Parts: sequence; C-alpha cells; structure tokens
Amino acid sequence: MVRPKPAGQSMTATVSISSIEKNFGATKTLKGVSVDIAAGEFLTLVGPSGCGKSTLLRILAGLIPQDGGSIHIDGAPVDHLPPRARDVSMVFQSYALYPHMSVRENIATPLKVRRLSSAARWPVVGRMMPGQAVARAAIAEAVNQVAGQVEIEALLDRRPAQLSGGQRQRVALARAMVRQPRVFLMDEPLSNLDARLRVHMRGELSELHRRLGATFIYVTHDQVEAMTMSSRVALMMDGEIIQVATPSEIYANPVDVRVARFIGSPEINLLDARADQHGHVSIAGRTTAFRSDTVGPFTIGLRPEVLAIDDGSSEIVIDSRLQRIERLGHDVLLHMRHDAGSKKSMTLRVSAAELDALQANGRLNENVAVGARAGSALLFGADGKRLPGLHGAAPPELVAYGLGLRAVGA
Amino acid sequence: MSRAGSFLSRAGLTPGQLTMHAVLLACAFAMLFPFYWMVLTAFRPSPEVFSATFHWLPQTFAGIDNFREAFAKAPLLRFMTNGMVICAGILAVQLSTAIPCAYALAKYEFRGRNLLFALVLFALCVPVQVPALPLYMGLAFTGTLDSYFSLMLPFFLSVFAIFLFRQVFRSFPDDIIHAARLDGMGELEILWRVVVPSASPAIAAFAVFSITAHWNDLYWPLIVVTSPELAPPPLGMMYFSDSDLGSSFGALMAAATLLTAPLVVLFLCAQRHFVQGVTMTGVK
Amino acid sequence: MAMVLSSGASRAVSRRRLGAEIAPAVAYWFATPSVILLVGTLLLPIAVMVTMSFTDYELGALDYSFLGFDNYATLWKDKAFWRALFNTIYYVALVVPASVVIGLLLAVMVNGLKHGRKLYQIAFFLPVTSTLIAMATVWKYLLHGTIGPVNHLLTAIGLPAMEFFGNPSLVMPALAIIGVWSLAGFNMVLFTAGLTAIPQELYEASAVDGIDNPIERFFTVTLPMLGPTTMFVVITTSITAFKVFDTVAVLTRGGPQGASDVLLYVNYLEGFQYMRIGLASAITVVFLGIILLLSLIQAKVLERKVHY
Repeated sequence: MVRPKPAGQSMTATVSISSIEKNFGATKTLKGVSVDIAAGEFLTLVGPSGCGKSTLLRILAGLIPQDGGSIHIDGAPVDHLPPRARDVSMVFQSYALYPHMSVRENIATPLKVRRLSSAARWPVVGRMMPGQAVARAAIAEAVNQVAGQVEIEALLDRRPAQLSGGQRQRVALARAMVRQPRVFLMDEPLSNLDARLRVHMRGELSELHRRLGATFIYVTHDQVEAMTMSSRVALMMDGEIIQVATPSEIYANPVDVRVARFIGSPEINLLDARADQHGHVSIAGRTTAFRSDTVGPFTIGLRPEVLAIDDGSSEIVIDSRLQRIERLGHDVLLHMRHDAGSKKSMTLRVSAAELDALQANGRLNENVAVGARAGSALLFGADGKRLPGLHGAAPPELVAYGLGLRAVGA
Repeated sequence: MSRAGSFLSRAGLTPGQLTMHAVLLACAFAMLFPFYWMVLTAFRPSPEVFSATFHWLPQTFAGIDNFREAFAKAPLLRFMTNGMVICAGILAVQLSTAIPCAYALAKYEFRGRNLLFALVLFALCVPVQVPALPLYMGLAFTGTLDSYFSLMLPFFLSVFAIFLFRQVFRSFPDDIIHAARLDGMGELEILWRVVVPSASPAIAAFAVFSITAHWNDLYWPLIVVTSPELAPPPLGMMYFSDSDLGSSFGALMAAATLLTAPLVVLFLCAQRHFVQGVTMTGVK
Repeated sequence: MAMVLSSGASRAVSRRRLGAEIAPAVAYWFATPSVILLVGTLLLPIAVMVTMSFTDYELGALDYSFLGFDNYATLWKDKAFWRALFNTIYYVALVVPASVVIGLLLAVMVNGLKHGRKLYQIAFFLPVTSTLIAMATVWKYLLHGTIGPVNHLLTAIGLPAMEFFGNPSLVMPALAIIGVWSLAGFNMVLFTAGLTAIPQELYEASAVDGIDNPIERFFTVTLPMLGPTTMFVVITTSITAFKVFDTVAVLTRGGPQGASDVLLYVNYLEGFQYMRIGLASAITVVFLGIILLLSLIQAKVLERKVHY
C-alpha cells in the first residue's frame, strides 16, 4: 500500500490546495481556500483563532474530509487517500504522544506500523514471529538516529508523562521525522511552551527545516512565529486566505487592512482620512499637501515606528496628546490620543535615546504634533482593500506655482 | 504528662482527633464483628458454639475438624472454581463487546447513535430480574438450562460498562487518535493498542466491580442451576446452610470463611480499584 | 438520456469517498455485538415479558389465551402481593435513612482524620465486597435467638432475648440491619467523593467568618455542599434496597407467616416455583415501573448536580 521510499529520494514535495471548502453545520469554516506551496518551502498559515487554519491542516492530512475542492501532493490528487497513505506527518499542539508508550516506542510506532506485519506488532507474542529481526534492527537504528537529531537520546526509555513540555515537543518532532515524510504539518507546536522556550524552539525549527529541506506547513496564531520562521506567510481570516507573501512583503505591503492590523506589534495606527473631489487629502480634518487616487473617506495606516514627534519637517502631521510612556528597554512606546480615527489612540515607537533627547529639549509636552513621511503611509479603502499610496505634493494643475505655494505655506 | 500531650499533638493527635478515632474504632469493631465471629466460630468445637457463655477466643481449637467437615459435606472447591469460571467468562465477553461499542458511541458519527445510547441509558435502569422469566424460558426451550452458558448469558452485555467506557473514551484526546491514523494504524488497532491501554484504570475498576457482582450473585444461579456441581459460591452456600445445619455451626462458618475469602483477598489487593469503581457508579 | 447520464455521473463524483472519511461500517461493526446482546438478552425478553403479563401462560402449558388486564386485577385484589409490596417499602424505609446517615457520618469522620483514613475505609468497605449469602448465614447466627452473641449482649445488659427471625414484627428490622451493614460502606465511599469535591476555601472562609465549632461547620458548610450527593445516594440506596432478595431467600423465605415476603421473592416464587408466568410477569412489570420511576428521579437529580 505504501511504497517504500527508494534510497536518496529527497523527502520533499509540492502541495497544491485548490478551492477547499468545509462546513460544520451552517457555519462555513473554509470558503474556497487555494494556495500552492513549493517543494521545500516553509509556509505558515497564520490567523486569529477560529479562522479555519487548523481545519485546513487536518484536511491536508486527511483527518477530516473537505466538502469541496481538492489537495494535490507532488502533482497527484490525494483526496481519496486515507491519512496513512498521504505520506505526510504532523506535529500536534498537544503533541498527541501515546501516553502508555515509552519515548522509544512512540517514535518507532510509525515505522513499526509500516514495516512490520500486523501479527508481528502484537504485544509480547509479536516478538516471536519469524523474519522480522532485520526490520526491527533497522527501526531501532532509525529511532536512535532521529533521537540524536533532536537531542533526546537520554530520554528514550521514559514515558511522556515524565517529560517537560519542551521535551515532549522534541519527541513529537522525532516521531514526525522518523519516517521521512514528504510534507511536515505543524499545528501550533510551540503554543504550549513557555515564552523563553518558544523563542529557542523557533530557532531550532528553522534550523531543522534548513537541514531537512522538507516542505513545512506550519499553523500558528502568533504572528511573530510566522514572521521569524517562514519563507512565506499565508494570512487567513474568516475561512479565507487574504494574502500570501514573504514575511517582509506582508509587513510592508499588506493588501488588506485586516492583514495590516494582524501583522506587526504594536498594532498599526489607523487614522480616518478623506479626499475631496480633486483628490486633496485631509487627515483628521487637517489638510495635507497630498493627493490620493480615490475620492471620499478612506483609512490611512501608519506603523508605530514610522511616526515621530514632529520637528517641523514631517509631511503628515497629526495633533495629539501624550497619555503614557511605556519603556521597553531599548525601545519606548508613546501612547497618544488624537481625534483622527474611531480608535482615537495611537502608538509611537522611538528609541530610548530619542526619548531622552526629546525630554531634554523640553519638546515632549502634553500637546504634541506627531508626524510621518507621506511615503510610509498605507492607504485602505472603505472596504478594507489596499489603495495606491499618497502621491505628489502638488496636483498637476498647480505644478506651475507649486513652489510658490509651498514657500507661502512655510 | 504535658510532654506526652505535646508529643501526641505534634503527631496530629489532638483531643478532637483522638475522640474521632475512638468513635471510628467502635464503628469499625461493629462492622467487622461478623467477620471476626465467622472466623472465630470456624475454629470452635460444637459444644462451645452452643454454650450460653461468651468467649472472645476458642477455648479448644477445632479448626481442622470444622474445615474437614465443611469439605466433606459440600464440594467447596468446586463452588469456587465455578465462581471463577463464571466471573472470567462474563468479564471476557463484557469487555470484548462493551469496549468497541463504547468507542463507537464516543468517537464515531453514525446513524442510530443517539437511539443506541438512549437504549443503553434505559437498560442501565433495568435489573436482571426483569428479563429473567423470558430468558429462562428461552434457555429451557433450547435445552441449555443448567450449564455455564446459562449462568453467564444475561450478563454478557454490560450496559454499565458501555456507559462507563464511553465516558472515559470521550475524554481521550482526538489528537492522539489522529496521530495514530497518520502513523498508519487501522481503527481496530487504534482502539486496542492506543485507546484501551490508557483506559486501564477504568477497565480495572470495572473488572473488580463485575467480578464482585457476579461472584456474589444468587438470584440467577438459583433459577437456572439444578446440579450442585455447577453452583457458584452463593448458591453453594445456600445448599450448605439448607442441609442439616443445626448440628454444625462450626462447619457452616468454615464454609462461609472459605467462600468469602477470595473476594476479601481481591478487595485487599485491589482496594484502590474498588473505591474507584464505586466513585464511577456515582459519576454515572 | 444524455442529461440523465451526466447528472448521475456528477452525483457519483460528489459522493466519491474522501480518504479522511471513516467508513460508517467501522462504527457498525464495533457496535454490532453489543446491539445483538442488547436486543437478544434485554429488549426482546422485556417485550415478551410485558406481553405475557396479559396472558394466562404457565410454563409447560401448550396454549394460552389473552386475558387483558386480568393479571393486574388479580394482583390488585391479592393480599399477598400488597403485603410483599408493603414489606419491601418497609425494608426500604428502614435501610435507606440508616445506611445514608451512617455512611455520611463515617465519611465525614474519616475525612477529618489526619492518620489512618485508608485503614478505616478498608474496614468499612469490607462488608460491601463480601459475599452477602455467606455473611447472611453469619448474621443468622449472630442474631440467633439462643446462641447468638447479640442476644448474649442483650441479656447481659438486662434486656429480654429476642427471636429475630421467628418473630413476625422483628424479622424485617433484622433483615434491615443486615442491609444497612452491607450498604453503609458503599455510601461512605460515595460521600467521601462528594466531600473531596468541596473546595477547601469554603472551610477557610467559614473559619474567617468565625465558625470554628466542627458541628456548626458541618451544618453550615459540609451538609449544604453535600446536598446533591445526598440526594443521589438516597435514590441509589433506595433502588438497591428495593431489590432485596438474597437475604430473604437464604434466611427467612418470606417467613414467619409471610412477614418477610418481599416483591422479588414473591415474583421468584410465582415465576420459577409455581410457574405462573403470566402473573409473575405482571409483578415484574410493576417492579420495573417502580425502578424506572426511581431511576428517572435519579436522572433528574444528576442533571441538577451538573448545574450545581
């Protein structure tokens, strides 16, 4: 049923997900999700809880059936295959280790099921079946090797209950690795670890991916995990993939305001803006010298780090009041209130040195103007879709005396 | 005196605690007195039994005689073997039918699941005395009365086991079942090699519960068994006490001691499971 | 024609089994052995039993006729049946309060101990596991009119000796003593489980509120918190007590003068000794009705316990 892999075959494959749909009763959990994953890629499905990312992963593994669409692995459809025949392995959020088996038996199980006859797998009597010595030796060898890779050789004879969270995590990884699947599926594998261990395991997982060269599909709600490990990030919301892009691209160029809000911490600042019929843009009722391609209300997004206390050189200026200073060590967050949005609060990220300089200059008053460069602004339409950026300090018909105007304005 | 008092209170033996111990010891004495009296009488000669004076210990030791008489009067070992065969047979069938059914109810979606579960809940309330008459007639018509099979038949299905194991299996993480499917195990293998081992405390608790119930059952054996060589311990005990008991209380108590001993030993060894079993009936 | 074909084909595609789906057959295979037993040893016999309660069938008879409710009417007029029902209820009324209160007190006292809890639990639970028939013969001896130690004790403190199993007014209390003895430990364990579920903070809060008398604490904290458990124990014990049979069958056989006839024993005699199947079935239906009623109350109590 499952072909033994020829030696040397690289354990990697493309995965193609096309228009997957899934309903649980009346709720549409997945609404036609499509994404293609290249061989050896580390793709992260990220999104808030309940967005359907774990469901998609389970459909990929063959653990739950989809209601529509299909999955191809290495170009071949796998929808009709049971989980065991799809040649994928999975690391679960709860690790899902077999509680009554030792670590060694846990890791060996996927190989035993595949390589030993069902009679030989019976407890006690199975060992007496003839002709399995070679297979058993090979399994033992593979278990030892993979245990070495994740550094759990010393734990092989323990039960899962005797292990710490991080150690269980490694056992789950080893069990997934031991049969050298074409695709690794990981369902929030780090979310049950404490903060320090999580940071450490992020590094280890990236390193593991680099070493194995396998295709990883990784589900998380933690955007930091998504940004730090993946080659590409697929952001899911409400049963749909909104954007698939590299981490830097998805941060710098979100296609939707929901993406902009989900990615980045602290969250992006969203301000109400409006363009008159000529395209002249005003933010919080204060006119700017910029134009947009749309007319009417829209939203302008400014990341905390592109904002600064205005020193007179900013292209966009927002009046606000300082509410609270939050020191994070090297960085400082300034929480401001303003009147230019439904949220009315705004966060700036500045370095501690800048803050000290501001305080020394006496420029950090209760009422301060916050400024940013126009090029750093992300524009989103009323429907949340991304708009082209602000442009042209002056409208075309004013070009002739634009300089003069500016001189007057200054 | 005060030093002794401080020592006692350091050991947690405050006056309140000591009072409770005194009361509980008195209760324990009352509860255990029948056992004491049973064993005591088993070692007493007949005249002592019938004397009107009360003694804490046998004045003359007649243990061997009483037990020899008990063995001579009735096949006590045979009764106990019957008890073991019946309990083992019932338990084996109960486990091998109830476990898959409970797993299906707990983890699969199928048409009729709710109906089946409702029937299990109904059956949970029905004591064996209710279907006893038709079962007896069925056995009589098929000529299978007075056999081990007839002794075991009404108990092959344990809806209590189905109910209990369903509760236990429901709390078994789906992720582990998923992991096993990905690892390549079939459904039957997942059940017996992954799910059942982790339910072993519940299975042990049910096992002692089942063994106790059927070792001690009198009603059904009384109905279907007519040959003394098939009698389980309670029925054997009844035969024994019916035969000319007046003369030999000592032998009767010796027989009672022997027939009670296996379960008392089982209880003392698997005491934790007994308590768990009771608590689980409370949970149901 | 072509349209029909294509629609059939598309349905075939949409019905195509996905690998992730567990075939429903697996679930049915798993449930089948139990379903066969459930139907064969329980549902079918109950249906037959209910049907026979409307007939005059007697075991070995070649034919029988339907009587409608005649059997029930016979029971209604039968003094022996009412006496058995009354005796059973009397037994329940004696056993339930005593075994519940003793179980509760034992549980509370054992739970309050610092040392030796396990030993006491073993001692009190031992009667539950021991073979009741064997112990019943011991009890018969203990309560024996002339040589029983209980009577030794009674005469020692100046009371008259009592013939427990020979006196019609003493036989049910004597059986009840055995019943309480064999059930109190069971109830104790149930109460212990209920006690361990009471949060320690409640006791600390009551101590802060100034309740330091253990008896006052028992009535203000422990007992109210054990309310649902107590209801459950009362009904479970009622059901068990209602099924009293073993001690009657081995010790009194309904005697003396029918003073210890209980429902199940009468049922046993009618069905398996006198072979009057129709009448015995009618008694069984009444018995089942009472048990189901108690079970229904139990289910309601449990439902409330979940919300508690």
